[in-house]
Amino acid sequence: MPTTENTLDEILTLAAAHFKVPREKLTPDDDFFKALGIDSLQALDLLTRLEHHFRIELPDYELQGVSDFRTLAQRIQSRL
Amino acid sequence: MSDYKGKALSWQIVNGAVELALHREPCNEIGSLALEELERFVRALPELAKTAHAVIIHSTLAAGFSAGADLRELYHRSQAMQKAEAARGVREFLERIHAVMNAIDALPLTTIAAVHGVTFGGGFELALVCDIIIADRMARFCFPELRLGLIPGFGGIPRLKRDLGNAVVRDLLLTGRSFNVMKAQQIGLVSQIAAEGESLRVARATASQVGKFDRATTAAAKAFLKPIPYDELKREIDIFCDLYTRPAVEEGLRKFVENEGPQPYLP
Repeated sequence: MPTTENTLDEILTLAAAHFKVPREKLTPDDDFFKALGIDSLQALDLLTRLEHHFRIELPDYELQGVSDFRTLAQRIQSRL
Repeated sequence: MSDYKGKALSWQIVNGAVELALHREPCNEIGSLALEELERFVRALPELAKTAHAVIIHSTLAAGFSAGADLRELYHRSQAMQKAEAARGVREFLERIHAVMNAIDALPLTTIAAVHGVTFGGGFELALVCDIIIADRMARFCFPELRLGLIPGFGGIPRLKRDLGNAVVRDLLLTGRSFNVMKAQQIGLVSQIAAEGESLRVARATASQVGKFDRATTAAAKAFLKPIPYDELKREIDIFCDLYTRPAVEEGLRKFVENEGPQPYLP
């Protein structure tokens, strides 16, 4: 099973590629709404892409109040 | 009228299929304008059915198929009225949208929902009236109503019960969680998955296939396969209206409408 650091790195790489943000500008503790410049609908799009990428189901209520990549990675890790 | 261009939706006949396109920004919220144009569509259907063999419902907006009922309009209209008057208005709206949904459900043509992105609440319910749901890889489904103190009001529960096992329906309804297309196919809601941006193309290919068959046979098969749960649909309106008058619902809608944070208010 990948480590949380591996998972975090994959999230940052996927988010940077899809939302066309330089990967090196993203850090684990960034607010992803601000760092990626996305709204709530685009955040759902990101969630769907992450579910497909990691082949998991992550109910959106588990992400209530989550806005940083590190916590997002922890939530995903708990479903791997 | 073989084609129509409205503010919330448009339709035209393409290769024997009526294509109903939803295009009301930001995400095809269903309020009074969309309802009026859907009623216009239903009135046009008998004439359209003379030359068409299928109906495809899709969205031209990148955000998705539909975010569902226009909760902002519902809240603001209710605030401008006395409570009893607002409750009557909600019941009248529900009875009108149910008439639209029931008419599409009962059509003797094959109906296909080609969905992508956000397919929530009333938008999900519009897809559920169709015979076949074709979803692109990025489609996401949700019945969030219980998170605001309500139940789905456009026929969602009776139609989900018609199509899916009750245990799955309870999970989706009672948690109000959103789920992706893989889950939707796994539980039997979506029958075909299209690549990102390809749901309309796949729906057109499907419509072309069903157009090869005898129409009377298709209509008879459909009526046999897909009975409409009229009694439960009426009961749903009553339950929704009972719940709607509670202060907790008004408070939930207020928080949803006034929320300016990056995430919607959905507990």
